[in-house]
Amino acid sequence: MLAYIARRLLYAIPILIGVNLITFMLFFIVNTPDDMARMHLGMKHVTPQAIEKWKAERGYDKPLLYNGEEEGLTALTETIFFEKSLRLFVFDFGLSDDGRDIGHDIYQRMWPSLAIAVPVLVFGLLTNITVAMLLAFFRATYIDVAGVIALVALMSISSLFYIIGGQFVIGKLLHLVPISGYDSGMNALKFIVLPVLVALLYGIGSGGRWYRTIFLEEIGKDYVRTARAKGLSERLVLFRHVLKNAMIPILTGVVVLLPLLFMGSLILESFFGIPGLGSYVIDAIQAQDFAIVRSMVFVGSVLYIIGLILTDISYTLVDPRIRLS
Amino acid sequence: MLRDGVAYFSSLKPVLLWTDALVFMLVAVIAAFAVYARGKEYLRAPWRKVFASRGGMVAAVVIAVYAAVALLDSVHFREPLENKGAEGETFYTVEVISLLDLALGPLRDQVEKTYSAPFATHLYAKETVELPDGSSARIFPRLQYGGAHLEDPLRDKAGDILYRSLSGAGAGLLWWVVLSGVFVWGMARRAGEPFRATLRKVLSGETAIPWHAMLYTAGFFLVLTGMIASLAGYYHIFGTDKVGQDVLYQAIKSVRTALVIGTLTTLVMLPFALLFGLMAGYLRGWVDDLIQYLYTTLNSIPGILLIASAILMLQVYIDTHPDLFETDAARADMRLLFLCIILGVTSWTGLCRLLRGETMKMRAAEFVQAASAFGVRHSRIMSRHLLPNVMHIVLITVVLDFSGLVLAEAVLSYVGVGVDPSMNSWGNMINGARLEMARDPMVWWSLLAAFVFMFVLVLAANLFSDAVRDAFDPRTHSK
Repeated sequence: MLAYIARRLLYAIPILIGVNLITFMLFFIVNTPDDMARMHLGMKHVTPQAIEKWKAERGYDKPLLYNGEEEGLTALTETIFFEKSLRLFVFDFGLSDDGRDIGHDIYQRMWPSLAIAVPVLVFGLLTNITVAMLLAFFRATYIDVAGVIALVALMSISSLFYIIGGQFVIGKLLHLVPISGYDSGMNALKFIVLPVLVALLYGIGSGGRWYRTIFLEEIGKDYVRTARAKGLSERLVLFRHVLKNAMIPILTGVVVLLPLLFMGSLILESFFGIPGLGSYVIDAIQAQDFAIVRSMVFVGSVLYIIGLILTDISYTLVDPRIRLS
Repeated sequence: MLRDGVAYFSSLKPVLLWTDALVFMLVAVIAAFAVYARGKEYLRAPWRKVFASRGGMVAAVVIAVYAAVALLDSVHFREPLENKGAEGETFYTVEVISLLDLALGPLRDQVEKTYSAPFATHLYAKETVELPDGSSARIFPRLQYGGAHLEDPLRDKAGDILYRSLSGAGAGLLWWVVLSGVFVWGMARRAGEPFRATLRKVLSGETAIPWHAMLYTAGFFLVLTGMIASLAGYYHIFGTDKVGQDVLYQAIKSVRTALVIGTLTTLVMLPFALLFGLMAGYLRGWVDDLIQYLYTTLNSIPGILLIASAILMLQVYIDTHPDLFETDAARADMRLLFLCIILGVTSWTGLCRLLRGETMKMRAAEFVQAASAFGVRHSRIMSRHLLPNVMHIVLITVVLDFSGLVLAEAVLSYVGVGVDPSMNSWGNMINGARLEMARDPMVWWSLLAAFVFMFVLVLAANLFSDAVRDAFDPRTHSK
């Protein structure tokens, strides 16, 4: 097991190098640092001196891949690729374009993101499984048909409308919770409730439908027939046997998402003004702060790869027949 | 009048945007496939199942209506200017318009000053107006176009709206009766039956294809179109936005954007997914390793960040090379196309992985073994033996992805990395309206229009994709 995990972690290195190369190409070769400087300083009336100064302040004045002016190894290290891309591997994110420490920002903003993402995941699983169980219990009746149609309709509404609707009804009409903002400690609770509710409602459509198919697949299996033949009631069959077995695909499907919870939700956080990593990314995109976007791409890839490894491990834990090799 | 029309159209300068060309290509591909599939029973069988599903076909009619709007909106041209150049050469307007703009005539031209509510006759904001006696007062001024024909809006408006919508609905109903009559008559002739027998069959739903449900859906749209047509020239049905443009016009124009993103993205990614998926699954070895590495790498970058980075970079490129684009529309179109490409890059990996798995399973099948024993080349085995056998996966994925892409457009536009801000799209409408949420009373009609248009399209696409999946997925056959 340990050897397997170690090997998977080693496999991750070429993938992360690939990710770095892609972002490097996007950010430095398609558009040169000169272009970026010109855009940040305004398109017109930019003197070459101003561009040089902007680049020098942010360390973009070095050659891209190979520095001919330096000797030996420093010819490779005194370059933008080394300074800006390879440094990410030791989680040294450097400074953002407006001079803040990105690593510190990420650490600070991780917690509000988790405060939203964890309840959404936990309560989302509970509600989706409950809805799917109910539909599976009433399968092939009008309740099931109506329920599935309702789920498809819920799925067909853009997430933006859930947020806008939630803010309007609960925040503006009923004045139950503030529309947006965030606070530290337990005071954060009243700011968290609405985004979590909105995310739950949004997730029911696709989640409920997906879990319903999983339940129905399980119901068709042989052990269910055996359990019924034993004379167990339908309720017992569903809750004792089907639910337990259906949890395997459901939970292993969730594992891959676990690390990504740190990334937060982009639109949810920016609509509700929560200072998490999702709104960090959006702000960076809107301010065109490429240093932050680059760092977050790297962090996201690392988390995704961790998620894949965790998924493989979780398969072996729930199903002893699967061996990792 | 006919001669005027011909003269008008021949004076126009046609503009073929990149996405237009691809849209027409897509239509040609679908048409070619339909002709090809006509003679092949094994290709027709699953489609017949789709055609027999009532929900699927109702959804198909709805999608067809949207598609017709999008196609009309894909024929672009520029109008000539009045004043000629020094040597008599014609100059054309900077604005690129489409056939749809011509059809929507008054909706495009009747621009108010600023916000006005649906069916309003007065502006939404007070303005200082000089009264005839020289003094000035702050009142809600009358709209320039909306309800301008009413003498006393308070007294006449309700009756006028009722009258116009009823007469429009009546006209739509009449058209529907005539058109469906012609349609049923055509069916009766083909079947060699008397008209009444066919009509009875269609009405009672005894036909193989649920024509009655489809005709009712079409009737609903015709009545709706009739009502809109008779009202739109006199009122702003969905109100006007900040710069006074008709919201209904924006919502209709956004149909093309959504459909282009939903369809061209898959068109762009399909060749890569097919080629790489088949190669990885069939050739195995280092090719498989390389392709797996490629898609794991692309997959591990959070999709929205990759899209954001690519779009930001494109925007820098466009801003630094303004001379490459003749018109604003061409620039916005380039961004739309690029958005499709980058969405394709982020979404081909899923299909590629599915195809790889399926090809690996099929690789051991007898018919592939036989082909390779006969010395058939690898490329031929992949194109003739494997490709047709994975097409159902491709089709299911394409149809399933569509609604997700339409929804994604709205989110991306909200983040600021979607289509060009000057382009009509539901995402841009929502984004613009979001800033007005805090106004009191609230400006809600842009949101409503975007919501209705999007919801109908996405719901129809979801229902249609369910029908397609039921028909094509071999796993559902046994049940």
